[in-house]
Amino acid sequence: MSVAVPETLLHVDGVSKNFGGFAALSQVSIEVARGERFGLIGPNGSGKTTLINCISGALRNDGGSIRFAGEEISGLPAYQRTRRGIARSFQIPRPFKSMSVVENLIVPLEFVAHRGSLHKADTHAEAMHILEGMGLADKADTASSQLSQVELRKMELARAMAARPKLLISDEAMAGLSGNEVTEVLDILFKLNDTGITIIMIEHIMQAVMRFSQRVICLDAGAIICQGTPESIVQDPNVQRAYLGV
Amino acid sequence: MFSFDLLFDAIVFGLLLGCFYAAVSIGLSVSFGLLDVPHIAHPAFVVLGSYGTYLLGTYGMDPIVSGITLMPLFFLFGVLVYRFYYETFEKRGGDAGVRGLAFFFGVAFIVEVSLILGFGVDQRMVEASYIGKSLTLGEMRIPIRMLVAFGMALILTVSLTLYLSRTFTGRAIKAVAQDEPALRLMGANPVRIKQWAFGIATAVAALAGALLIIIGPVEPGMGRVYIGRTFCVVVLAGLGSMSGTLVAGLILGVSESIVLTLLGASWAPAVSFGLLLIVLGLRPQGLFGR
Amino acid sequence: MTKRISMFWVGAAAALGLALFAAFSIKNEYFFFAGYVVLQFVVLATAWNILGGYAGYVNFGTSAFFGVGAYIAVMLIKFMNAPLALQIIAAAGVGALMGVSCGLLTLRLRGIFFSIATVAVAIILETVINNWRFVGGATGVQILRPPVMEPFDSYTKMIFVVAALLAIIAVATARYIQTSWIGRGLRAIRDNEEAAECAGVPTLKLKLLACAVSGALMGAIGAPLAMYQSFVEPASAFNLNYSVSALAMPIIGGTSHWIGPVIGAFLLGSVQQIVTVTITSELNVMVVGVLLVVFVVAAPDGIVGLFNKLWRKRPGAAKAP
Repeated sequence: MSVAVPETLLHVDGVSKNFGGFAALSQVSIEVARGERFGLIGPNGSGKTTLINCISGALRNDGGSIRFAGEEISGLPAYQRTRRGIARSFQIPRPFKSMSVVENLIVPLEFVAHRGSLHKADTHAEAMHILEGMGLADKADTASSQLSQVELRKMELARAMAARPKLLISDEAMAGLSGNEVTEVLDILFKLNDTGITIIMIEHIMQAVMRFSQRVICLDAGAIICQGTPESIVQDPNVQRAYLGV
Repeated sequence: MFSFDLLFDAIVFGLLLGCFYAAVSIGLSVSFGLLDVPHIAHPAFVVLGSYGTYLLGTYGMDPIVSGITLMPLFFLFGVLVYRFYYETFEKRGGDAGVRGLAFFFGVAFIVEVSLILGFGVDQRMVEASYIGKSLTLGEMRIPIRMLVAFGMALILTVSLTLYLSRTFTGRAIKAVAQDEPALRLMGANPVRIKQWAFGIATAVAALAGALLIIIGPVEPGMGRVYIGRTFCVVVLAGLGSMSGTLVAGLILGVSESIVLTLLGASWAPAVSFGLLLIVLGLRPQGLFGR
Repeated sequence: MTKRISMFWVGAAAALGLALFAAFSIKNEYFFFAGYVVLQFVVLATAWNILGGYAGYVNFGTSAFFGVGAYIAVMLIKFMNAPLALQIIAAAGVGALMGVSCGLLTLRLRGIFFSIATVAVAIILETVINNWRFVGGATGVQILRPPVMEPFDSYTKMIFVVAALLAIIAVATARYIQTSWIGRGLRAIRDNEEAAECAGVPTLKLKLLACAVSGALMGAIGAPLAMYQSFVEPASAFNLNYSVSALAMPIIGGTSHWIGPVIGAFLLGSVQQIVTVTITSELNVMVVGVLLVVFVVAAPDGIVGLFNKLWRKRPGAAKAP
């Protein structure tokens, strides 16, 4: 049996983004293979969220190209990128506050997974199934405005999952959580990756990034300063300088 | 029928008018530009100031003196309105957007109807020594009331700009607009600063109202047309820019004046809305926005 | 769910039946004048709420859409003596176009700029009509209408039934939007637009759809005004009262459910009629404004919200729909 060459799912090529005179991203290029666990680190203000916003479509990149599954997506609005398989969770959770937890999931189910055939019974059952996988099934009918922090983070991920993504971008999903909660979320991400979903993780919690990622990239001031395995990244002097300022 | 003389007249008139527009709008620059309050009722407050001036005029008071006299009363009114708005809407967050807009729309409407009930729908004017006379400069005749309004508007706009950039309270107001949590950490009370700012904005509206009735007769429904003009000036200037308000006002004044000359008075309201949309489409941060 | 659907349609059929019954049995013409006004507001309030309540975009210029509907009717009558049905359809089409245009210009910006655009449209259109002699300019235009329309014994009664029909169409549309994927998408947009976009909701398209439907309904109910009043002038067709009422009624009735605007229209419409007749017409307009502010401040979820709160407090109450 031949060894399958990992196929590139996401190809970011020379992407730049400017805000007024400020260059948030300068010629950033990354390649993420299908099924890979990819870590993105960097100090605050280095451009991580900007890069994610450019990939997910919340922002338009000013230069360079972004190819997803072979298709150029830089010109597409965010909802179309979601329909092509890119999902993201937000750094600060953004629940649909007027809806219950299960309804929050029904939105992407209706608009992405089940476009064209909309039977409410199906979407509800599927939403419950996802919630069970996340350990949120008992909160299904709770108003999303009443969840705790870790429950909100899980719902963010569940909602991203409901869009049946090929690529999931987790933007600091573990920020501010306790040790146990971090492990909970990490386990969820591992499980999702096992089902074949490519995951890009942005995190400040180093032990999580090191445990999770197969490859890590470090950004600083809008440019990539290092990429490689978690072990090599940690020892790289550029990375140490960026984080510790020495 | 086009002639350079006509154009020149239009530009001069536009500059005078534009400065006045700046004065009317600078209150909104503070309440919407800095404090982010959806203050659709700002023009209604200006018209309220006009009618206050008219009322004091029936007792023989000069309109500018009336305007200044009204300022403390309007300041208090502004403080109360902001406090009420803050307690009811901003504090609770959530769906404040729709409700805030509906609230100010309701307030504007109540002001307009109250004026109709109190003064009727007919136009009201004031009298003063400078109203009715004109200054002749070469080929041009400039109504003196326009010059008076221009002068007062200039003083008002410059004073407020200096106040916000040079005084301690003024800078606190600008600070609260930029970074409220930081201000709180420094021990200042953001709500008190904001309500002070809103009070100033409303007081300024009173004086602007006096200028409005100096420039021409007023009627209760005038506020609505000024919604377009004031928001146009504030957005064109750039939210948060006080000095930009004067420039933006002049641009609007001249544009409107030229359209008035070429197409007639009925199309003048369209200029401000049109300009607003152009700015929002091409350069939403305005000329000097942060 | 099916049980609930048929209950609505049974109710709708009953309402239409009631309207027809009234048309054939009540002799007092005033009932139909007053009734027409209330039904007109049901349509305007429901249409407003589709964009305002469901999507969160506040239209301050309902009078523009309504007035344009009336003047489209006037133009069609003058051009080709068009039948009422055609007037209504054309007015709906133009209303939809206007709605979409407002949306395209401003929906990428903050909500307040959409609202300001609607003010602009109202002012500019009223000015245009005021200066247009073909449709009568500021003085207005008389419309000749047949005194009788078979099988009703007065034209007014026929228009009343037409209004009832339009009201049912409007409410059914609002109900469909509310309970369907469109409504869910709009609610997601209103709750958090960026998250909705990332959840696959085509935010701009849905918002434009809401604009189109809202504008179409407002235009549609503007068309019969020409025949109803036999006289159309810009000052009354573009009256600010339409804008304020269309906004106040859903807020008072409740913006989250299609029945809110209906309650608001019936309640406020009746109050307006009573005040106009007993006190003055200016005061009636003031009542609307004051009630609007009172409800926005004290009862933001409207009468529906108050009812929900009471309903949930009773012992053994189930979750609200």
